[in-house]
Amino acid sequence: MSMDAASPPPKVRTARSVGLKGCRSCGRAMPVAATRCTRCGVRMPAGARLGLDAVWAWLIAGIILYIPANLYPMLLTGRFGQTNGSTIIGGVFELIGYGSYAIAAIIFFASVVIPIGKFWVIAHLAVMVRRRANNPNRDPHNALLLYEIVEFIGRWSMIDVFVVAVLAALIQMGYLSTVTAGPAAAFFAVSVAATMLAARAFDPRLIWDGAETGQNRDSQGMQRGTS
Amino acid sequence: MSSLNTASHDADPLIACHACDALLREAPLASGGRARCPRCNAVLTAGPAFSIDGVIACAFATIALLGAALFLPFLSLSAAGLEKDATLMDAARAAGRSFGPLAIAVAAVIAAAPLSRAIALLYVLIPLRLGRTAAPGARTAFRYTINARPWSMVEIFIIGVIVSLVKVAGLASVGLGAAFWIFVCLAGIAFFEDAALCRRSIWRMLG
Repeated sequence: MSMDAASPPPKVRTARSVGLKGCRSCGRAMPVAATRCTRCGVRMPAGARLGLDAVWAWLIAGIILYIPANLYPMLLTGRFGQTNGSTIIGGVFELIGYGSYAIAAIIFFASVVIPIGKFWVIAHLAVMVRRRANNPNRDPHNALLLYEIVEFIGRWSMIDVFVVAVLAALIQMGYLSTVTAGPAAAFFAVSVAATMLAARAFDPRLIWDGAETGQNRDSQGMQRGTS
Repeated sequence: MSSLNTASHDADPLIACHACDALLREAPLASGGRARCPRCNAVLTAGPAFSIDGVIACAFATIALLGAALFLPFLSLSAAGLEKDATLMDAARAAGRSFGPLAIAVAAVIAAAPLSRAIALLYVLIPLRLGRTAAPGARTAFRYTINARPWSMVEIFIIGVIVSLVKVAGLASVGLGAAFWIFVCLAGIAFFEDAALCRRSIWRMLG
């Protein structure tokens, strides 16, 4: 806790402050005006930072698709001539009913907690970097950690899609004639893919641009005692 | 030329941290330690686990094991007196009949993505390992291996299979076949490969 005073964060120049931008693919510093990285050959977007438009577009698509993914059934179960659909949440309760608590927890976490957490975190980060001027003291390490967790964990939401695919294959091979895949599986898979793309479209350097301003202020002599 | 230290650059190239834009000199590869950004602490190089030989071995193993896993029995099923082994190809063909897009998407993320990634990695890394100049299109191929990584979902598929087996426990008895265990190995190999693959070092070698 008290180590902060002993080791202040090192003062590092940003690439942008000297008219450069880092390649998002290989890291090479290139002039801000460059349109293609000379090392890895990737096309570089104009400007030193990526905008938030693509983030919001993928995120909103992900949220919209997540609604039918929860309203429509993932699996359709036929019994006594009637067809019952089980939604994502319904499937979780079914598993609890069977006593498979661990599996129910995995599905609940992968299909509900992670997607909703991702929507919230990506929206939070996108709003935060716009309001960074109001929060010069916010620790960017925490925001970066949050971003890295979201980027790492997002793919694990696909578990339920694989469950439906495996069951669908079993059905077609004639072993589970009473169960078919529901439309929610497609909505859910595309929703997860959209939020994966939203996380990738987010430029984490935006998180640190606020810290850059704070650093400049400190270096200009606005030293404040620890309150 | 094959030595990592005598790169033809006149100076260590300037790089910008991917996470915070800090302007840094790319450390020489021979240092081998895990480099972190001094500003945001993001990991910049993979560190002591970096090994081109390791990545090449993992890529060869992935191709061989995945090829075998597609044709070996994945599940053995028995319900209502029927007993049958099912390979992933059977499953894909069966699912493709009425769930085409779903079957194609699953085939893409559990077979096409890891297989094509492994081939691209070999294409990029073998010339580097032999001290030759990079293969034509090596940069594009290496970018592909990076971009395809999140879409290679072998480890997630395994969890999905286990969950679905629990779900059908009452309706049919399903046993795990050799191909399932190969997939478990593939997930382990992917884990080692991620640790051994240092993107920044490879980019540096590609020039």
